[in-house]
Amino acid sequence: MKIVVTVKQVPDTNAEKALDPKTKRLNRSSIENVLNPFDEYAIEEGLRLRESVGGDTTVTILTMAPASGTEVVRKALGMGADSAALISDESVGGSDTMATSYLLAQALRHIGFDLVLSGTQSTDAINSVVPAAVAERLGIPCLTFAKKVTLSDGRIEIQRETESGFWRVAARLPAMVSVTKGINEPRYPTLKGIMGAKKKEIKTLSLAEIGAEPARIGDAGSKTQVDSFATVGARAKGTVITVSDPKEGARQVLDFLIAKKAI
Amino acid sequence: MTAVVSTPDALNFELPEELKLLKRSLREFVEKELWPLTDEVESSDEIPASAIGKMREMGLFGLPFAEEYGGAGIGELGYCVALEEFGRASAAFSNLLGAHCSIGAMALHLDGTKDLKDRYMPQLCSGEKLACFALSEPGAGSDAANISTTARRDGDIYMLAGVKHFITSGDIADFATVFAVTDPALGARGGITAFWVDLNGPGVKRGPKDRKMGLYGSHTCELIFEEAKVPADHVIGKVGSGFITAMKTLDMGRLSLAAGCVGSSQFMLEKSIVYAKERIQFGKPIGKQQAVQFMLADMATEIYAARNMVYHGAWKADRGERFSLEAAMAKRYCSDMAIQVVDRALQIHGGSGFMKETGIERVYRDSRILAIYEGTNEIQRMIIAEELLR
Ligand SMILES: Cc1cc2nc3c(=O)[nH]c(=O)nc-3n(C[C@H](O)[C@H](O)[C@H](O)COP(=O)(O)OP(=O)(O)OC[C@H]3O[C@@H](n4cnc5c(N)ncnc54)[C@H](O)[C@@H]3O)c2cc1C
Repeated sequence: MKIVVTVKQVPDTNAEKALDPKTKRLNRSSIENVLNPFDEYAIEEGLRLRESVGGDTTVTILTMAPASGTEVVRKALGMGADSAALISDESVGGSDTMATSYLLAQALRHIGFDLVLSGTQSTDAINSVVPAAVAERLGIPCLTFAKKVTLSDGRIEIQRETESGFWRVAARLPAMVSVTKGINEPRYPTLKGIMGAKKKEIKTLSLAEIGAEPARIGDAGSKTQVDSFATVGARAKGTVITVSDPKEGARQVLDFLIAKKAI
Repeated sequence: MTAVVSTPDALNFELPEELKLLKRSLREFVEKELWPLTDEVESSDEIPASAIGKMREMGLFGLPFAEEYGGAGIGELGYCVALEEFGRASAAFSNLLGAHCSIGAMALHLDGTKDLKDRYMPQLCSGEKLACFALSEPGAGSDAANISTTARRDGDIYMLAGVKHFITSGDIADFATVFAVTDPALGARGGITAFWVDLNGPGVKRGPKDRKMGLYGSHTCELIFEEAKVPADHVIGKVGSGFITAMKTLDMGRLSLAAGCVGSSQFMLEKSIVYAKERIQFGKPIGKQQAVQFMLADMATEIYAARNMVYHGAWKADRGERFSLEAAMAKRYCSDMAIQVVDRALQIHGGSGFMKETGIERVYRDSRILAIYEGTNEIQRMIIAEELLR
């Protein structure tokens, strides 16, 4: 069985981020990039499924990133993934979810898969759209927000997290599944894993190889456009009410809320 | 005018990709798994067994050793990068690793026979068994050549007699590299031999743990040998070459110790920068005061120098070049630097720095030993001068 985990390189959440006024894109050169933390759960789930299914099951990592993206892919390989493929071409820059899902779907067709796993969202864009879009393009079932995944006889069943509990959703393979943060505890790349990752193959996929049409990728293939952006002003300082009598304090809070038409 | 030939790769200061990943993974491991234990380690003076278990799973006990024995095979540079990250955690953890990897098992790794290594390295790399390094004695610290523990040959065995003291992890280690006199007439030049000793064997006693100024969670104690029997094939290296083994091992240990200094100092600098921006006095952050700025500037400059010393020494070691001079210089400079940096960090934090909560007073106490063990800084200066005047 072939499991493919799609992952994204994102700016470190702790880093100070800036938008480039010219390109209106995030300036990625000056900040440290990391593996999208949400994707670690998908990788871990892939590795666990490989362990439980056994046989010749493999876990392949697929990402779309600049050539420097190999560093975050190595982390996935260090955790134990078998191999990785990188869609890396200057012209893919600026791809929105439409173009990205197109590229990922093309690459997935090219490398083949039985099950595609992903995180629920990335920490930079937070759209949660790519998994569904990829599945749609591939014409496969999409099971999202899985907090538990079970595989048996070519059938996948998940517990789909909801606010009040969960749904049980099942589908036949091939399928796409996005997993939630709580599904597992991702392992650290062990030292042996890290050294082993050095020897594993990271294949670079060219646009020609995956048959991607230039008109459907990058800026040209994107349906969303950034017109302008502005910095959100710093929040005004809150009002602190200090009185010794709690009743008087409550009354003042109430007056304040009424004045603001909050209640 | 002759054109300047640009050779950007002639000197490459960038860490290879796998070491960047190693650094990042260990940073995460330290922050998520070890930081939360800091107070517990400090108050109980113990590292929880579960933490040792997690360190085993990560493969940390085999850090600098060969892959064929289950080690990580990351070389001295990789090992230094790893210990730099560990420098950010409670010193108990780096002392546990240091006693085992940097010196305890290192002597076996460097000079042990294939047979001895085949037998013991796998269980040491996995962390299933722990090692320590027993050179110092009550009467022989800096003057290590003057040890009085003896090893008397009796057929296929040696009988060890004597007392080692201040031995890190002496209370928990399964094995020790023990240095003993095999020929009193020869002294350091041919008279000292290194032995691989099972500390759970007969004739070995462990003293009570020493009461120390810091390094809580890491213990030292005496190891007492009373006619302890060691098989003759458990000699590390050759009979009489023990002092050379000790010096070679300590060269490796000194570099990684210096790397830990860099990590802990970097952490102190980061904390100080945050505090300098946050703490308001006289209506503005204290970081606006030049006196504080200059402290930060000096801290950063010295850390920069220290890190480059460590990486350069490790780079030489990995190229198979002699690096005793660099190791001694790095140990001397980085330990003094760490002591000064934490002193300034404490000063910047004012009274809060003196309180347990900020975690600086612990580093302040834990740093002091750095100028003493693995050869005092006076001894490092002697080594440096000796190399210079050779
Ligand atoms: C926490 C801790 C952990 C330790 N772990 C280990 C371990 O795992 N294994 C091990 O074998 N040992 C260990 N030691 C011992 C340590 O290596 C020695 O304490 C150290 O080498 C210094 O020896 P000493 O204490 O006997 O001091 P001394 O040698 O008595 O030195 C006292 C002072 O005199 C100075 N001095 C001595 N000789 C000279 C000289 N010729 N010129 C100039 N100055 C000189 C010294 O620099 C020092 O300032 C540990 C010690 C401590 C405190």
